[in-house]
Amino acid sequence: MTTPAAGREAGELHVVGKGLPKVDAAAKVTGAIAYADDIDLPGMLFCKLLRSQHPYARIVSIDTSAARAMPGVVAVITGDDLPVKYGIMPTCEDELALEHEKVRFVGDPVAAVAAVDEETALAACRAIEVGYEPLEAVESIEQALVSPDDEPIHGYAGPANVHRLAALEFGDVDAGFAEAAHVREDVFFFEGNTHLPMEQHSATAQAVGDKVTLWSSTQDPHYVHRALAKVLGLPMGSVRVVAAPHGGGFGGKCDPFSHEIAVCKLSLMTGRPVKCTLTREEVFYTHRGRHPVLMWVRTGVDRDGRILAMHFRSALDGGAYGSYGPASTLYTGALQTTTYAIPAYRFEGARVFTNKAPCGPKRGHGTPQPRFALEVHLDKLAADLGIDPVELRRRNYVRPFTRTVNWLRITSCGLGEVTDRVLEASGYEHRVKRPGHGMGFAVSSYMCGAGLPIYWNTMPHSECILNVGRGGVTLLSGATDIGQGSDTVLATIAAEELGLSPGDIRLVTGDTGLTPVDLGSYSSRVTFMAGNAAREAAARMRELLVRAVAEEKGCAPDEVAVADGRIGLIAFEEAAALAEARFGALSTRGSYTPPQGIGGRYKGAGVGPSPAYSYSAAVVDLDADGRSGEIRVNKVWLGHDIGRSINELAVRGQVEGGVYMGLGEVLMEAQAYRDGLLRQPSMLDYKSLTFLDMPEVETILVETLDPEGPYGAKEVGQGPLLPVIPAVVSAVHEALGVWVDEVPVTPDKVVRALDARAKGKEPRYGPKSFPQIPYPPLVKVAPPDAATAAL
Amino acid sequence: MLRLPPCSYLRPGSVEEAAELLSRHGERAMLVAGGTDLVPKMKRGQMEPEVLIGLGHLAELRAVTETEEGGFLIGAGVTLAEVSAHRRLAAAYPAYVRAAALVSSPALRNVGTIGGNLCVDTRCNYYDMSFEWRQACGFCMKKDGDICRVAPASKRCRAIASSDTAPAAIALGASVVLAGPAGRRREVPVDGLYRDDGQYYLEKSADEVVESVRLPAPGSWCSSYVKVRRRNTIDFPLAGVAVALRRSGPLVDDCRIVLTAVGSRPFDVSAAAAPLIGRELTADVLAGADGLLAEVAAEAAKVAKPLDNADLHYVWRKQMTRRAVEQAIVEAAGRLPVPTGRA
Amino acid sequence: MRPPVRREVLRLSVNGEERELLVRPYATLLEVLREELRLTGTKHGCELGECGACTVLVGGVPQLSCLLLPAQVEGAEVTTIEGLADGATLDAVQRAFMERGGLQCGYCTPGMVLAARALLDANPSPTREEIREALAGNLCRCTGYAGILDAVEDAARSGR
Repeated sequence: MTTPAAGREAGELHVVGKGLPKVDAAAKVTGAIAYADDIDLPGMLFCKLLRSQHPYARIVSIDTSAARAMPGVVAVITGDDLPVKYGIMPTCEDELALEHEKVRFVGDPVAAVAAVDEETALAACRAIEVGYEPLEAVESIEQALVSPDDEPIHGYAGPANVHRLAALEFGDVDAGFAEAAHVREDVFFFEGNTHLPMEQHSATAQAVGDKVTLWSSTQDPHYVHRALAKVLGLPMGSVRVVAAPHGGGFGGKCDPFSHEIAVCKLSLMTGRPVKCTLTREEVFYTHRGRHPVLMWVRTGVDRDGRILAMHFRSALDGGAYGSYGPASTLYTGALQTTTYAIPAYRFEGARVFTNKAPCGPKRGHGTPQPRFALEVHLDKLAADLGIDPVELRRRNYVRPFTRTVNWLRITSCGLGEVTDRVLEASGYEHRVKRPGHGMGFAVSSYMCGAGLPIYWNTMPHSECILNVGRGGVTLLSGATDIGQGSDTVLATIAAEELGLSPGDIRLVTGDTGLTPVDLGSYSSRVTFMAGNAAREAAARMRELLVRAVAEEKGCAPDEVAVADGRIGLIAFEEAAALAEARFGALSTRGSYTPPQGIGGRYKGAGVGPSPAYSYSAAVVDLDADGRSGEIRVNKVWLGHDIGRSINELAVRGQVEGGVYMGLGEVLMEAQAYRDGLLRQPSMLDYKSLTFLDMPEVETILVETLDPEGPYGAKEVGQGPLLPVIPAVVSAVHEALGVWVDEVPVTPDKVVRALDARAKGKEPRYGPKSFPQIPYPPLVKVAPPDAATAAL
Repeated sequence: MLRLPPCSYLRPGSVEEAAELLSRHGERAMLVAGGTDLVPKMKRGQMEPEVLIGLGHLAELRAVTETEEGGFLIGAGVTLAEVSAHRRLAAAYPAYVRAAALVSSPALRNVGTIGGNLCVDTRCNYYDMSFEWRQACGFCMKKDGDICRVAPASKRCRAIASSDTAPAAIALGASVVLAGPAGRRREVPVDGLYRDDGQYYLEKSADEVVESVRLPAPGSWCSSYVKVRRRNTIDFPLAGVAVALRRSGPLVDDCRIVLTAVGSRPFDVSAAAAPLIGRELTADVLAGADGLLAEVAAEAAKVAKPLDNADLHYVWRKQMTRRAVEQAIVEAAGRLPVPTGRA
Repeated sequence: MRPPVRREVLRLSVNGEERELLVRPYATLLEVLREELRLTGTKHGCELGECGACTVLVGGVPQLSCLLLPAQVEGAEVTTIEGLADGATLDAVQRAFMERGGLQCGYCTPGMVLAARALLDANPSPTREEIREALAGNLCRCTGYAGILDAVEDAARSGR
């Protein structure tokens, strides 16, 4: 434990919990803020990447001579110039910034050009001649499971094109099924989709001598920093990565990318700044988005609907590279247990390589797919048993301060309360059913940061430094505001501790050269982890200021109140001067490391543990047309256990944005392919909800005051997306009497389900079966004993 | 950032001069009014004019005038937003104004013109892609290649007619005035502007400029336009149906049905409306009671042969065409004056 | 090879300042604003007219700068996000976006704010549906549009 429990009651807080404007709002409404592509350095060159036009091919030759000869071209690099492999996960470093042996998807970069302007760089890329020997592309999960005629996509892992397998069992699943009064199996498919940040990725590098600085629209400068040092062969101290103000990430800017590495290399070679901004189409190739996942789930329940055993299988279409894949795979099986008390649980997961843009983490990383499957499966189970679907869930809800069968530590848990509140607000239980109209309910849970770092180390996950001096108050944190409001959260926490306003705190963030580490804006970790680190640093500063004032006034420190810009009776600036005179330079530190023992000790236990879990419940009200299959969502009620809101305005914004993204995924978003080529690499063809497609959202916040979160706060960035998807599917079923077991639920699929029913077939659209997968022998893990399970 | 390839921009002083410039520069030149169709296509290398002949500055193209016959003459340079907001047009030609209001998004309608929408390029998801994507695909006959990717056996391009306003204009009996060099002018029915070929989809000579759209006096025609698409804005039609209805007493006297986005040109399928002629559109009929609307819709949609070159499943698009026909008839009927003697 | 094309003089007013520039006749207004005038507040998300991020006001009307050629804005009055505030005093729409959570990452914000300003100039008391219609072409991936809708309503109220 690095910070005290949330001690103060809401009434004692001055800025935490208020809905103040975000600290960066003024810069954003005036256009003053400079995003990565707005950076313009003297003498800057422009970089374009040449990308593969083959889904899968061996590179036979690359001739860059014509490109090099073009006026205005300053440098051309290929894979030979960047031969070191990298990857976000240490277990699958399978990427090259520029491929030189073979390409694995349409869009795989093979060369980079730096030129005096973008047009010249583009023309030079087109002048590079690459000789390819096409290989037979792998386009589906099923195909990836079969031994290829050509070589597998990667030379590691396997069999066939399998990337990663996992098989875990907690408790005696067979015994649970044997005991069950009812057992049900279902198969589901979740099509892949992408983040579609409004801002296209952009990176600018400036090398001076053998040192290089990169400004990039990245969510985790620390991991980019590590990859750059490795690939460029430079000491960490020679590389500085600055996260530029960020135009949207959603997980899509979490990997180190080719363009980031290429501009650094080109700048080191040319001695000039080099910028690369991706086109929208390139953003689709860069991807790292939601995995397509095929799922099979079997659950045994007793007569009352209590779950006795569950067996969940997943198969992920990973695309061409590893990315976060091993974690993504385990996430499809990890969090089923954080909402439902499952006494015996078996998970078998597989990720395969295919010749498509690599998948990775998108908002909810690996959990929206199984959440969709699980919640819809429970609806069907409830129908089998004639039990109300909400009641069936309630009978299985996890309890606060318990440990799950897969050893995840549950602390604060407002699952029951978010359920009550959304049901009450929506009138779900009193709805009058009528054809063409449906309401659906679902719940979910998400992590407040991953309990373990991506690469093994025992250092803190978040660190902050707080400086007070004649220049004011400055908080240094490695955290990166990607629009979620982390700057506002950190400023609010520091201000709360120091009796100031958030606007009084100057923030220096996301700069590996200036700020102490923060692992990044992923896994909903920043409020909890960087927030705790900031609170610790600020509390220590507060103590110094209070001591200085107490000594000056000759009173006890606990008689010195800190609020409203004053330390005791004197102004903050004056107190700071007293403290500086007394203690010298005023600089305090805060660190956060997740506690030990929040997860298990088996292989694969690294995915799932978190210091706390948020809880969400959704009710969706929609109309569905029984002829066209078109769906109109009328309203969504979303209840969220936030622990405590640090900034209520920002929290509500995250809920609304999560609901929006969940609706987009369930209704229309899809990253799909045809003959190895992306079907929709544009903002017109990749369908995202517009203003006219978005219903009203009613947000209901429940504060459970988590004992370890800063002031009790938990995450909100990812959780609220999750229940929306199954709630829509459930509501469509209520409206039309058909199940669409495949996301997105597009009108053509609904009509096919309706047609099936009209022909007397199963009233359903979805996958028919789950493939045979060579899962390894189960790793059997004894569940926590009763004493351990009750915290 | 995506950019246009180098090209020059000419500013003719008149429509006639624009036609002359077209004639002079031949295939190197293209007309541009709002540019909302052309500019993105140039950025993706789908169109490669070296000379752009601008029309946007020509005041003569920007007038909406009432004709002596009681119809309207709308300059080709009038924006879709202006038509959408035009009260008298809306009262007289609801299908046309509705179609204009459903094109793309507000900012594009502020710039895009009605002439441009009639001439909007046919669309296909093997064609509306970047140069690199099309190159990876091997190109197609509409640009840089020699086969139709969606129908490899097809002798012609199967790109999809995607104008929203064209079917409405055809259903309303509108015509276009085409201006050529040396003051040459001809007027053709809007239906005559199109060919059933995704590549050569306009039936006009290379040096002709669409100068204006003439809408005949509305008479007692009532009209509607139904657009099928995924989102409620921005998207092109996946199917579009314009219906114009006229009643004599309580009975339907004439009915026109025109489809868009179901083939390479708009299709006038008014013959399918024959069963409606002489019938009364009672509430029961409009509710589908005796299957009359379904019969008409099925016949009307026969011409629709969607392929896998647009959004969503092509079978669904065909199904939706039928449904949109029914909806459009119901909507147009709802606009008819209620026959005397009825509530 | 395409023949080289000479630059041409473009005269226009940007945020009330008269500008005379030598530009490529095929450079879009987006390029002119961001690269010639360094007004980088105007964003780009697709450059194909599909996302609304590059919305500016031309004669007070929202248009997409990624689609406009210099000839189309010759002599026009262009307003970008940098020109919306009155000196240090923010426009009511800007204030409302700040106060009601109308922005998160901020990338769609310039286009969204300008489109909202144009709406309120034309229709000072829009309904929620009218706001949705007016902003329909401006995509946002962060907010779910809810905070934006509230902000525009607030700005309308404060403007009355």
